[in-house]
Amino acid sequence: MTATIPLMHGLVLAGTLFAIGLLGLLARRNILYILMSIEIMLNATGLAFVVAGSRWNQADGQIMFLIILTMAAAEVAVGLALLLRFHHQFKTLDADAASTMRG
Amino acid sequence: MFDHAWIIPALPLASAMALAVWGSRLPRAVAGLFGAGSVVLAAAATVTLALQFHFTPPLGHVVRTVLWTWMQVGDFAPRMAFYLDSLAIIMMLVVTVVGALIHIYSLGYMADDKGFSRFFAYMNLFVASMLILVMADNLLLLYLGWEGVGLCSYLLIGFWYGDAANARAASKAFIVTRVGDTAMAIGLFLLFTHLGSLDIQTVLDRAVEQWPIGSTLAIAAAALLLGGALGKSGQFPLQIWLPDAMAGPTPVSALIHAATMVTAGVYLVARTHALFTLAPPVQYAVALIGAATLLIAGFSACAQRDIKRVLAYSTISQIGYMFLALGVGAWSAAIFHLVTHAFFKALLFMGAGMIIVALHHEQDMFKMGGLRTRLPLAFWTFLIGAMSLAAMPLITAGFYSKDLILWDVWSSPLGGKGLWLAGCLGAFLTSIYTFRMVFLTFFGKANKEPHGRLGMSMAFPVVVLAILATMGGFMETPHSLGHTTFFSRFAEMTLPSLETPEAAADGEELLLQVIASATALAGVLIAYALFLKRREAMARFVASGFGALLHKFALSGCGFDWLYATFLVKPFMAIARANRNDAISRVYDGLAGVCYVMHDGLRLTQNGNLRFYMMGLALGAGIAIAIAVFL
Repeated sequence: MTATIPLMHGLVLAGTLFAIGLLGLLARRNILYILMSIEIMLNATGLAFVVAGSRWNQADGQIMFLIILTMAAAEVAVGLALLLRFHHQFKTLDADAASTMRG
Repeated sequence: MFDHAWIIPALPLASAMALAVWGSRLPRAVAGLFGAGSVVLAAAATVTLALQFHFTPPLGHVVRTVLWTWMQVGDFAPRMAFYLDSLAIIMMLVVTVVGALIHIYSLGYMADDKGFSRFFAYMNLFVASMLILVMADNLLLLYLGWEGVGLCSYLLIGFWYGDAANARAASKAFIVTRVGDTAMAIGLFLLFTHLGSLDIQTVLDRAVEQWPIGSTLAIAAAALLLGGALGKSGQFPLQIWLPDAMAGPTPVSALIHAATMVTAGVYLVARTHALFTLAPPVQYAVALIGAATLLIAGFSACAQRDIKRVLAYSTISQIGYMFLALGVGAWSAAIFHLVTHAFFKALLFMGAGMIIVALHHEQDMFKMGGLRTRLPLAFWTFLIGAMSLAAMPLITAGFYSKDLILWDVWSSPLGGKGLWLAGCLGAFLTSIYTFRMVFLTFFGKANKEPHGRLGMSMAFPVVVLAILATMGGFMETPHSLGHTTFFSRFAEMTLPSLETPEAAADGEELLLQVIASATALAGVLIAYALFLKRREAMARFVASGFGALLHKFALSGCGFDWLYATFLVKPFMAIARANRNDAISRVYDGLAGVCYVMHDGLRLTQNGNLRFYMMGLALGAGIAIAIAVFL
């Protein structure tokens, strides 16, 4: 029997990844990095699903990950398209450049 | 055809919707085709329906078609249903046939207007609403049509809304008719609470069963319905909106404020005639109001300068005749006058429209003159309309309908010599102001040179209506002149006929006809003397003290505008101004102030900074998780 990875290790890794992604999201100004941070956060959630699924011997976790994967792909497609338009418009990738709205 | 009667209102309604949605993008020719074509098709369908109704009459001379149940609230389940009897069919014929002619005329009249498709959208919506009004099987559906025509009237009076005066005239028409409509709505509530239905036939049957003649409830219900009819038909004391309604384009005045909408009140009273028979005081009031209105309006018409205002007062006065006839129980005579009036008044308005267009939108009759040779088509058709309005004997439709009313007023047990005298005096005034209009406009020396040629689309409807305004009268002729009863036989499938004492009728009737004809002819002579031969003498009289006073009194429509402005509008405005800053509005102002402050605070968060939003999201999620975990 192969040694199993304890649940806690997987969850801590997922939590750490999520925190890294969130920090990147809050700190970065470059849209490309913001998108990458979102990807990290999505994968952290996916990891948590897979770990939890294997803990209870359920396939649901992996199914959820597949869904997240698909959604992430779609999100990236839209995000990158927006990014291209953004660059075309503002000649920069700095998200603050677009903060022209005044309520 | 009977089962497909819904097509008739559906055609103009569909066209109105199409024009409202795509109107601004359609080329003019297509918009015009939609606008006029739909009404022409509706007219063709109505004529088919009427022919079928006449030659293969349905059982009981009534067709009911139920489309669907409109709404269901407990026992209250009004249906989308049409009730076609001879009265409804006569009204449908007037609305669609005269409506179709006016739509064709509008193609020419409005050709250069930038609101072309908007105009036809409103006009089609009007025709659809009016058809729903006359075809309705229950009072609620009738009320829908009633308010629909009111709305279209408002929209079309204020059609040229760029001028504030037009918008004011539209509001005035809407508000004044609203007074009557409110009374009518209360009348409907009363009928429903006491008779448990709004279906017209059920209401009438139950009213006859449950209420004795002269009972308070019957009087109240009839009086409230009459209130609605007075507002819509511009009768005393709610007549003040109609002259101002002339601010709209002339085809609107012809269709809405002469031929159809303003006669809706007459239709309502005729439709619910059983209720009025149960309330003799109200019915007598109808006759008195009719007589008073026709005299007031006829007198006011004699002093107007604006050709359309003369026609407006004349419309009020002619509807006064219809009410007079309704009041003495001469139901079919009232409807007959409604039909002939629709022909000749639409004709007069169209003729006036031709003159107005040819003179660059000049409406003051004193600046016209001598147009007889310059606008021959307008002159001859206008003359035919004017002769019909003034009831010139034998050859005009107006003579036969007005003569029938006068005879019925004389001979009816509900009428009498006083009312007849008022009617005769009204006929005298009618021929004075009508021929004053003709003489000032077409005779005398020319003041302004007309320009341009009239297109076929304007000439054709006028000629058709001129024929109708002449031949229309032969549907119903008195005993002394052939005694054709085609119209009354048709109308009296629905409406009770007037029981007149047969004995000694012939000689008396002939005598009255001669008197009425002589009065009308005398009016023409007086108009000729005063407004063509001795215009200077007339001008001197108007300039003198008493004459000036009389002229001003008549010009202002007998001072009713002043009366209402002084006793209703001004006090109301004063109260409103005084109450502008009372304690209650302070509370609401305070509430609004708090909202403003909070709004300003929240507005700061909408700064467009992406990372600020992220922070907000992260913090919010963190707080939500913390609450979920720790509480």
